[in-house]
Amino acid sequence: MSEPKEAAADAPDEVKMETRAVNIFYGDNHAIRDVDFDITDRSVTALIGPSGCGKSTYLRALNRMNDTIDSCRVEGRILLDGEDIYDRSVDPVEVRRRVGMVFQKSNPFPKSIFENVAFGLRIGGEKDKDLLAQRVEESLKGAALWEEVKDRLQSSALGLSGGQQQRLCIARCLAVWPEVILMDEPASALDPIATAKIEELIRELREKYTIVIVTHSMQQAARVSDFTAFFYMGKLIEHGKTGDMFTRPTKKRTEEYISGRFG
Amino acid sequence: MRYTKKDWLLAGLTGISLVIILLLLAVLLGQIVWHGAPVISAEFLTQSPGADMVSGGIWPAVYGTVFMTLLMTIAGVPVGIATAIYLSEYASPRSRIAKLVRIAVNNLAGVPSIVFGLFGLGFFIIFVGGSMDALFYDDPRPVWGKPSILWASLTLAVLTLPVVIVTTEEALRTVPQEFRDASLALGATRFQTVYKIVLPNAKGGILTGVILAVSRGAGEVAPIIFCGAANFLPYLPTDLRDMFMHLGYHVYALATQSPNVDAARPTLFGTVLVLLVLTFSLNLLAVIIRARSRAALRS
Repeated sequence: MSEPKEAAADAPDEVKMETRAVNIFYGDNHAIRDVDFDITDRSVTALIGPSGCGKSTYLRALNRMNDTIDSCRVEGRILLDGEDIYDRSVDPVEVRRRVGMVFQKSNPFPKSIFENVAFGLRIGGEKDKDLLAQRVEESLKGAALWEEVKDRLQSSALGLSGGQQQRLCIARCLAVWPEVILMDEPASALDPIATAKIEELIRELREKYTIVIVTHSMQQAARVSDFTAFFYMGKLIEHGKTGDMFTRPTKKRTEEYISGRFG
Repeated sequence: MRYTKKDWLLAGLTGISLVIILLLLAVLLGQIVWHGAPVISAEFLTQSPGADMVSGGIWPAVYGTVFMTLLMTIAGVPVGIATAIYLSEYASPRSRIAKLVRIAVNNLAGVPSIVFGLFGLGFFIIFVGGSMDALFYDDPRPVWGKPSILWASLTLAVLTLPVVIVTTEEALRTVPQEFRDASLALGATRFQTVYKIVLPNAKGGILTGVILAVSRGAGEVAPIIFCGAANFLPYLPTDLRDMFMHLGYHVYALATQSPNVDAARPTLFGTVLVLLVLTFSLNLLAVIIRARSRAALRS
């Protein structure tokens, strides 16, 4: 584990994750077909597309969360810093420490705010109380939640509002110092104000982390992302810089989806 | 909301059922308390029965019941909880072994309790105990291959196993999948997820199920008839190989084997009352734990 790097230290367009000829199956259902895609380091990549297009499935393959689904099979190669995360020698637990995830429905544990954020560190074997306290504070600040909860760290996380709970889940994810953060429609259950806060947070996090976000809202993709990938029927139809995608899509399907003619 | 004719009919039927059940319970309990309570005294609870079984107390039976219940819990509950964790957290839904285990558990739950008694006699006493004697002892008299509190407890442990497994599995399933996902996504292993997230959140449900299973096992008589319960044994078991008295079996013995059944009746009701109080307090404990764990989840 290393401290998240500051932006601009490396070349700006370094590739963090690559997927090569990725196919994903649920039993006989061929959910993702031949996806080749690069995810740029310290940027926000939005995955868009109609419901059932496979974008969430693809996202969950990036940190091996699909392993928990028995009938799911992943073929092809997914590389993190050049290393295949599906290689036999790779421990999925290690992958998930480096590639964190924030879910659609906020899912804080029924524990205190402090213990929620400290969970990932504790299971990593961290026992030093000062260090835990410091990292919890750091992570809550990173998730723009510290000011709202600093006086009630010991009260239950379930007492927070929906938006606060989702930011707590982001803080919990930040605490283990991931390199990549996957977000599966993180704001879809939130009101506009809470959504705006999450979006602002995502833009700030981009400085230190590589973020991949699945979203239903094209406006959201346009607001927060640097790159956009459009999925349709399990295929990656088109991807590129967000600005280009939304102004000059090259494929007809993309244009139709973005202009709201289907989806 | 206004009631239609059909609503009234349904309300009437359910009301009548309710009254019938409450009445049955009241008559049952009323009779036991009415006849049993006068017998209860410090001597009745602390002394051994006299030679006629009717005079004296029931202390060996109370002691035997508690001792047996403890042994049964120690032997059966960990196995049951471990099985449930395997079924719910580790086995894939399509796993053949898991399916087989589930079928076995369901069938085990439907077996009449007397059959467990025969199983205990055949498997634990004759096979396991008999083999131990043949292997380790040169004595023609059986050392392990005879009815004892150990074999009776193990037989009951097998009887309670399906209840423990089913209730534990249910309790584990009430833990939302999102908690497991969140834990795994933070880099927890499956074991850490079970140990730190799933079990603590299912604790109340598991405890409730365990206590209900134990209280059921404590009151069972049929399985222990062949396996170690004694008709009349006015001293306490000190060794796992000793036979023992049991409250439920004592009731059976008083009702059928005492020289004067009419004279035995007050003692009989007294014994039933003690047994009921024991199992009811276990059930009450289960209810309290369940209520507490629900309240803890809400706050």
